[in-house]
Order: sequence, then structure tokens, then C-alpha cells
Amino acid sequence: MEGLQLKLQCLGSDDFCLDISCQLPTGSTTAIYGASGSGKTTLLECLAGLRKTERGSTIQFGEDSWLSDSYAIPTWQRNIGFVFQDARLFPHLDVRGNLLFARGRAHGNALPLDTVCQWLSLHELLDRPCDQLSAGQKQRVAIGRALMSAPRLLLLDEPLANLDGAARNQCLQGLRSARDALQLPMLYVSHDIHEVSQLADHLLVLEQGKLREQGPLLELTSRLDSSLAHQEHAAAIATGTIARHDDHYGLTELQLDGQSLWVNQLAGDAGGQRRIRIPARDVSVCRQKPEATSILNILEVTLAEMEETSDARILLRLQLNQQSMLARITRKSATELELQRGDRLYAQIKSAALLSDTGDQP
Amino acid sequence: MSDPIQTAIWLTIALAATTTIILLLLGTPLAWWLSRRTGSATAAIEAVVALPLILPPTVLGFYLLIMFAPDTAVGRLWQQLTGTQLAFSFSALVIGSVLYSLPFVVQPLQQAFRRIPTDLLDAAATLGATPRDQFRSIVLPLTRRSFLIAASLGFAHTVGEFGVVLMIGGNIPGETQVLSIALYDTVESLRFAEAHQLAGGLVVFSLLTLFLLYRSDDNRWGLR
Repeated sequence: MEGLQLKLQCLGSDDFCLDISCQLPTGSTTAIYGASGSGKTTLLECLAGLRKTERGSTIQFGEDSWLSDSYAIPTWQRNIGFVFQDARLFPHLDVRGNLLFARGRAHGNALPLDTVCQWLSLHELLDRPCDQLSAGQKQRVAIGRALMSAPRLLLLDEPLANLDGAARNQCLQGLRSARDALQLPMLYVSHDIHEVSQLADHLLVLEQGKLREQGPLLELTSRLDSSLAHQEHAAAIATGTIARHDDHYGLTELQLDGQSLWVNQLAGDAGGQRRIRIPARDVSVCRQKPEATSILNILEVTLAEMEETSDARILLRLQLNQQSMLARITRKSATELELQRGDRLYAQIKSAALLSDTGDQP
Repeated sequence: MSDPIQTAIWLTIALAATTTIILLLLGTPLAWWLSRRTGSATAAIEAVVALPLILPPTVLGFYLLIMFAPDTAVGRLWQQLTGTQLAFSFSALVIGSVLYSLPFVVQPLQQAFRRIPTDLLDAAATLGATPRDQFRSIVLPLTRRSFLIAASLGFAHTVGEFGVVLMIGGNIPGETQVLSIALYDTVESLRFAEAHQLAGGLVVFSLLTLFLLYRSDDNRWGLR
């Protein structure tokens, strides 16, 4: 049996209680998303066996049962990798020593040191003591160390939270290479929806220790009943295929369900897939196709759903063909346009941010 | 130096070495256990461990003397197991010294263990290290200096003990007459030249031990 089945109850301090029961796919990367204090880290620690759970809690990973009322497989036998927010490198060992610590205890076939170093650009760090590394370097070593133990499941607890842009991208790139090469399932905790959107296929939203919702990322981000759609920075995630590059204007054309979307020029051959993030507040709608506008991207859409939000705005779900995007407009505009479900509209997209400019993302 | 003094020196070294080895074997798990717990039960055990620090050594010696007598349960059991008497024997001195020097070994280790972040051990566990492996490959290397301190203090303190030995060991050359007792003996019999050698030797030994300890590599990995 595939997947990860959880039924967890764990009491924390200050009346906090994680109480969650769910089934997660393990063929992909699942992001655990939520505000701080929502129980994300607690959930990971319970999975790793680093925290005591209440009676009745169970964890089933594929064929293996890790936790039941009668026993708990200890952390060191679960064959997981764990990347902590603070890298937690062993201070008495150098980088190589930390990596070899993990390899010496690997459960299955250990990875070659060389491969892991290549993914995370660790070669020039190997002989350095850990206290001479920058935050980004430490986290890369920590990720490498977790991979060296040849885990069957990689747990990551906000690994990029303390890093700046460049270091973040380096870590993300390394994680992606490892995931794709090893087909390694990951559970990725983050409070940053941007980060989540770059990496995850499946999303699990926690709120005050409870499961708020879960589902495929692309679907969940464009659903009106999802809590994500009601956030200030709500944005739909869509997948496009590179159609062509326009060197003259420095733009790249992506095909999005058969329509074209122009973004800043990016690397990659035609046919490659890219994820883009379309913020709801940057999308407006018109009844007629706008002429003579500076806005480059105008897509034909069908109004699939509409819902009033708490701040007297109207949230629209606009269907392309397979994919959807969100638009947030004022109630006044909605009334004046006499919007009805099923209307054919033109969506003007002021900005569409590319989520990754390296590697193919399905 | 006369023969009895040499005998006393060797006896003292043998006693201190035996005591230190036993203390490291017993004190390490005890210190680890204490370092990972809090609460009344832990505090009670810590108090018992620390007791020899403030208790007059003669008090400890007095109770041990009574316990080691041939007609007590402990004395009889020892007699049955070994066929020898426990009171006034080298073994009695070892037992007394272990109790008397216990805090000097347990406390530095306990403090060092407390400084090891649980986070590091958790990280090791996720990498597949069993608790024994975690102790061997993370805790031991990070607390090496504290082991040196604990062993040196345990050894030096045993060399310097007097009250307990006097109460339970008496003054049998080659069996229980250690240096501090031999010094007392020489002064009693007004052999001041020998007394000077012994006392001066002990001062130099103790100073040297402490100096070497304080000079040793301090807090290399910033674990405070």
C-alpha cells in the first residue's frame, strides 16, 4: 500500500493540541502549510518519532507501521531524513565528517558522496569545520547529510527560513535535483506560500493544530472555498509550456491551456514546462476584449464561480480550459458588469510571476 | 625515602587509580541520567551525590565502619563472597573512596552532559544513530575535556583523603596506610624531615594537576 496514513494527537504547551487524521500521497512532495503555531513542526516531529503522542495515535508508512498503541518504532529505525530549520551540524566534525556520519548509518544503499556534493555544490566545503560556514552553506550541508542516510522519506522543517535569496535558490535547486534523481518523497513544512508553490505537488493546510484542507496544489490554490483563496496574497498556480522566446523584446511565450501568456524571458527550450503564480489582485476582467492597452496578457476565460469575501470584495474563479485562476474585484465592479456564472470574459493579467527558472516542473 | 613511605606512595596510587576507574564506570551513566531529568526525585539523588562535599569525612567513615563490621549483613555477605574480612581492608578503602569522591566525578560530567543540546541528539537519531551510538559518537567527543577534569579531580581528591581512610582503614602498612595517613604518622613520631618530603610532594602533585587541567583546551566547540 502506498501513502502515509496518520492519526495523531499530541499535546503541546499552552493548551496547544495537534489533532489530525489524514492520508497523504508519498509519490510526490507534500507541503505542510500554515501560520506559525499551527502545529506544522509538531506534526513533523511526531512523524520522526521525536515527540510523544497520545494514545490512539497511529502512523502507517506504506507497508510499515511506525506507531500504534502497542509499539513505536524508534526514530533511528524509521529510515527518514530530517532537515531542521537550524542545520544542527555536529560541531566536532567537519563537513565531510558530518556527511560520512550519515552514510555510515544508512539503511539501504548509500549514495556516493560525490553525487550528493554535486547536487548541493559541497565539494569546496568538504574539509571546512562547521563553524566556518555561512547559514546557507550550513543548510546545504544539512540537506546533503540527510540525503546521505538514504532515507525513504525526507522531512524538512522550514529549511530555508533563515536564508537570503541566493542561498535559498541554491538549496531549492539541490533539493529538486535530489528529489528528481531519487524519486524521493518529501514532506516540506513552510509558512511561505511562495516557497510551497515552487516545490510542492500536494498541499496540506494546518490551522491551530487541525487539518484545514488538503489536496493537489494546483487545484487547491484556485478553489474559492480554500482558505488560501481568501488570503491577502491569494494567487493561483498554473502550469505553462514554453512556446517560444522573443529576443527582441526580452520575453518568453508560454502556452497556458492553449492560450498564450507572455513573461520575462527565461531559459529553457520550447516544450519545457514552468509553473507560474498569478496573484488574484493582479487580475481584472472585461466584457469586451480591451483594445490599445499596455497590458500584454489578455486571456479568454469563463466565469466559473464567484464568492463575496469578508472585505466586501468579490472573488472570481476564472476557468481557462483545464486550469483556473483567481481574480479579486470590487463589489461595485461586479454589479456594474452584471457578472453571472458562465459568462465569457476577458481576463487582464497585470503580472504573472514565474516560480522557477531552472529545471522542468510538471 | 624509607620503604614504608614508598609502599604508601604505591598504595595511594593504586587506591586512587582503582577508585577513578570505578567512578568513571559508575559516574558516567549516573551523570547522564541526572543530566536528562529534572524533578524532586532527581534533586534528591543529586543531594545524596553531593553530600560528601559538605559532610565531615569522619561522619561518612563512621557509618561505613559500622556497616563493614563482620557481624553486619554487608560484612557477612563480603565474607561469604571473598572469604576475607571487609573492615580494615584495601577493598573497604576503595568503597569508601568511591563514595567520598563521587561528586567530584559526577558533577563535572553532569554539567557537561547538560550542555549537549538535545537537538543534536535528535538530529543523530534521524540519521539512524541508536542512543548508545549517539552517546559514543556525539556526547563523548564533545565532553572529552570534562572526562579529563572528572578523572583528575576524582584521582586527586582520593589521594588527598584522610578522614574516611582513618576511620575505616586504620593504619596498616601495605594494606591501608596511604600517604596522608603516613604523613600523620611521621608527624606523630616527630620525623619532620620525612613529613616535609611527603607534604611538599602532595602540594606539588595537587598544584600540578590543577595547573594542567586549567591549561587544557577550553570549550573548543562553543557549547555553553
